[in-house]
Amino acid sequence: MIWLTWRQFRVQFLVVASVILAAAIVLALKGPGLADEYRQLTTQFIQNLAFQRLNPLLYVVGQVMLYAVPPVIGAFWGAPLIARELETGTHRLVWSQSISRSRWLATKVGVTGLTAIAITGLLSLAVTWWADPIDKAINAGQDSNTYLPRMFPPVFSARGLVPVGYAAFAFALGVAVGLLVRRTVVALAVTLAAVILVEILAPHFIRPHLLAPTEQYIVVTSDNIRGFGLSGDGPNPRVVMIEVASGAVGGWKLSDTTVNKAGKKVGLPNWVVDCAPRPPGGSDGATVSSRGAVSAKAAACYQRLADEGYRQHIKYFTADKFWPLQWREFGFFLLLALALTGFSFWRIRRDLS
Amino acid sequence: MNTVLQAQGLGKRYGRRWALTDCDLEVPAGHVVGLVGPNGAGKSTLLNLAVGMLTPSAGSVEVLGAAAGTQQAKVGYVAQDTPTYARLSVADHLRLGARLNPAWDESLAQRRLQHLKFDPKQRAGKLSGGQRAQLALTLGLAKRPELLILDEPVAALDPLARREFLQDLMEAVAEQELSVLLSSHLVSDVERACDYLIVLVDSRVQVSGEIDTLLATHFRLTGPRRDPKDLPRDQHVVTESHTDRQSTYLIRTEKPILDPAWNVTQLTLEDLVLAYMGRDVQPERPVLEVQR
Repeated sequence: MIWLTWRQFRVQFLVVASVILAAAIVLALKGPGLADEYRQLTTQFIQNLAFQRLNPLLYVVGQVMLYAVPPVIGAFWGAPLIARELETGTHRLVWSQSISRSRWLATKVGVTGLTAIAITGLLSLAVTWWADPIDKAINAGQDSNTYLPRMFPPVFSARGLVPVGYAAFAFALGVAVGLLVRRTVVALAVTLAAVILVEILAPHFIRPHLLAPTEQYIVVTSDNIRGFGLSGDGPNPRVVMIEVASGAVGGWKLSDTTVNKAGKKVGLPNWVVDCAPRPPGGSDGATVSSRGAVSAKAAACYQRLADEGYRQHIKYFTADKFWPLQWREFGFFLLLALALTGFSFWRIRRDLS
Repeated sequence: MNTVLQAQGLGKRYGRRWALTDCDLEVPAGHVVGLVGPNGAGKSTLLNLAVGMLTPSAGSVEVLGAAAGTQQAKVGYVAQDTPTYARLSVADHLRLGARLNPAWDESLAQRRLQHLKFDPKQRAGKLSGGQRAQLALTLGLAKRPELLILDEPVAALDPLARREFLQDLMEAVAEQELSVLLSSHLVSDVERACDYLIVLVDSRVQVSGEIDTLLATHFRLTGPRRDPKDLPRDQHVVTESHTDRQSTYLIRTEKPILDPAWNVTQLTLEDLVLAYMGRDVQPERPVLEVQR
């Protein structure tokens, strides 16, 4: 049965595996050089990257590939696994051999699914290891417009265990969808769309609930202010929101809301606009950076905010929560994958002809 | 005598529609059984139930003395349209059979391929319909089952391929001593290959038995017009037709027909099958009652 699984699967496998293997080899070859640079340049490392061509490209390629692999595996490995058999009727051929449906499914899902996990793991390992100097430098506080801390959603989903969890989930979803709709192309499209949607939504709707975030109430000062959200007419803008720095370098801030003395979430009073630096053009709704000299009017405004008891309630994950959060999200999607596989095993025992 | 297939009150429902109802059957071993009926009569459903592809909605079905689907190694199945893996070669299919069946007979499979002049490297997708059916049959036979079930194996084949396929099947049956259950909507296929008949119409079994016995117990009676109630009790009416002065009955009886008024003729298998297929189905009543 393993032979048959491999015989049916080898083309899809070779296509995906060769791309991933090529990427892993390039990353493995270039990794030591990047680590060397970090050791030599230390605090100038990120700045220096801007003058290079290959490494910034590899960074993006690794990122994109880790996002692409789970949907591709779900759609091209998972969805056709059973759907194609049901569509062409070959399930009736293979089920009339001396092997039970459950064993047939177990072998197919086992071989293909474990391969999916292994190959995604390999790519994620290569990317995570290669990008480690960059992630470290950013977490150490080096400034960059290109590279984000690895706790930030776009990077977090492309490091460590999370892509592996996504791939396992995508594969199991593809199998289950294929078993339900019994049409390869439909199953493929549904899986592709669903997995991409999950990749987009998971950071916002699932990840924040996997671990208790650090909470803090911060009095806004001209030092910790990060920005103002303005709206209204050019000459008379209103502040709708303000953001403060959490003080945790490399952390991921989930929420930042203004509360009053009683700790209740409130809107900002009109006079807060005095805190904001006057934008030169006065553009609408723009978040304006407040770095720079603080006028006397602004200083009074900050003082009044503090005196009247306004504080910012922030929730964030600190940088050292990276691995705990990675494990949780990986575990969550692995459980989903197991549940979907359980469903497939239940379904395959029922009538399908 | 062993039974290869035993069904009791067997039924299968798809949603609200019953594809097979109240099926009671007992098929003895050592026969080539032909299951005939019009399209949509429930032939495939019955066979799929027998191999365990489907589970019964009502009643039970036993194959070779155990619940259907539990003895996969002993039951061969050639599914409708004889599916094969289009991208796998002929040799790959044999390898598949060898790996998935404990009693695989490689020499038999190889012999058959040589006899059929197959190129082992050819992809199954490039084979003709007849060749694909032969490949599927090879897989079914080399598995060395005690019972081989074939669902409309020749439906898509041209007359020549049909004849060859059935011929090959017959030869294998003679060599391997296996029981065969095959379905067809053509009586000629059954006539050529089978010695046991099951007629299935409108999801019900109309008649079943050895073909020789069936032919020896069914007669056409033609004579002066007569009411069916006046027939002897042991003569079961299958069909009847009347003109003003004449009556024609198709009856089943085990006793000799003594009434000299009747002109008695033997039936061909086709007559018999068509009679059962063509009559109004009044399932709950015994056959001897008057049919309107």
